[in-house]
Amino acid sequence: MSDLKSQILLTGEDLDRTYMRLAHQFVEPFDKLDTLAIIGMQTRGVDIARRINSYIASFFSVDIPMGVLDTTFYRDDFRTRMRMPTVQITDIPFDLFGKDLVLVDDVLYTGRTVRSAMDALMSFGRPASVRFCCMVDRGHRELPVAADYVGLYVPTHLNEEIRVETMEQDGRNAVLVVKKEKELRT
Amino acid sequence: MTIPEEGSYHFPHRHLLGLKDYSAEDILHVLDQAESFLEILNRPIPKVPTLRDKTIVNLFYENSTRTRISFEMAQKRMGADVVNFSSSSSSVQKGETLKDTIRNIESMKIDMVVVRHPSPGAAHFIARCVDAAILNAGDGAHEHPTQALLDMFSIRQRTGKLKGLKIVIIGDITHSRVVRSNIIGLTRLGAEVTLCGPRTMMPLFVEELGVTVSHDLEACLEWCDVAMALRIQLERQEGGLFPSQREYHEQFGIKKRHLKEFPQFTIMHPGPINRGVELESEVADHPRSIILNQVTNGLAVRMAALYLLSGGKRG
Repeated sequence: MSDLKSQILLTGEDLDRTYMRLAHQFVEPFDKLDTLAIIGMQTRGVDIARRINSYIASFFSVDIPMGVLDTTFYRDDFRTRMRMPTVQITDIPFDLFGKDLVLVDDVLYTGRTVRSAMDALMSFGRPASVRFCCMVDRGHRELPVAADYVGLYVPTHLNEEIRVETMEQDGRNAVLVVKKEKELRT
Repeated sequence: MTIPEEGSYHFPHRHLLGLKDYSAEDILHVLDQAESFLEILNRPIPKVPTLRDKTIVNLFYENSTRTRISFEMAQKRMGADVVNFSSSSSSVQKGETLKDTIRNIESMKIDMVVVRHPSPGAAHFIARCVDAAILNAGDGAHEHPTQALLDMFSIRQRTGKLKGLKIVIIGDITHSRVVRSNIIGLTRLGAEVTLCGPRTMMPLFVEELGVTVSHDLEACLEWCDVAMALRIQLERQEGGLFPSQREYHEQFGIKKRHLKEFPQFTIMHPGPINRGVELESEVADHPRSIILNQVTNGLAVRMAALYLLSGGKRG
């Protein structure tokens, strides 16, 4: 499926400012930060979570525990695709019990990934609360899911794709909207 | 999040009948996926719903303890519906053929079949009879692919690599299906394989498979990074292939003194072990033995294989 045209919505500098804002928003509800923990969703959600966590560390001088979650096993739609998705590592090196978690992903679209992430989290324990943060909310929800923290709202068409690029995966930090030849639902 | 549709690698297989059909890249993909499944086994709730829409039949025409339990646990850990079939308590006793049995079972709307059978090629035959995905859990003395995959996974876990590693497989080479799958897999991934055992248990022309043959255990133990001892089926003694268990142990059993003399090699065994025959008891329980890791890894590798073969839409 080829790209017809793409447009940059956020540059690296814009993203940095967004990370800083999200870092402040993450800590805002808490008097003490000893129950806060962050979980990044594979793949780019992990890079975003790390960046936000590094800002929290520098602004508030705290070390917030961070985990990595792959939700492939819990998705309900992988069999409709041409291939089985490659499973990536899940690593949650702390006990979830009593933690106030923030799940971080790159794009919120149909809501199915978030649903599967919540299923996955329950295999690890019983957190006190779970909030959800996405860098881009592009609409077109198929499930009743909303993000608590959003980097950018972008109303999109179904034939458009939102790409959040990170230095670790793509060699630059940016958010793009890409027009595709046909619809791509996930 | 989006699931990528495109990428450089695409796992192309519908069945796992033997490693002969799998390229180095395919084997590595299964091993890499197994890493993720190993993590699931260490979770507080070690269960995922990935195969909850799948029905899997375990079709065992031969006795098996660990392979069968391992497959069944792997299936249940992934939420599949599991049906167990054993030939001793089935219509096979009434004369039903393999083809009729499998086609009748398929009529009950199954998705995957795990098959163990005493005849080489049985899994391939079943794959031609039905539409379900077939996993070979051992067919005669032909192949046992998941055992070889878990062996390779365990070696890589211990040593960090497979390419260039020196591996000796010791014992009854002729009658072992594990050896065949291991030779294919290990050589494909760049390991050097030497087979060591009595001449009566060494097939002719086995060097054609890209391995070296030796009958000198100590020379092999000095050379190797990994020593994999195979179970000696005690009924082979009655067939005259070796004079006694004691003699076999003297010639080809790994002993405690070998661990001191050759401090570099890791010990493996596919199980079940005849203590005092293939391995001295202290060797089996030594920190350099990864025999129990092999059992745990077997679960992860079988989960990975089931996952990959439960596949999406076929192009």
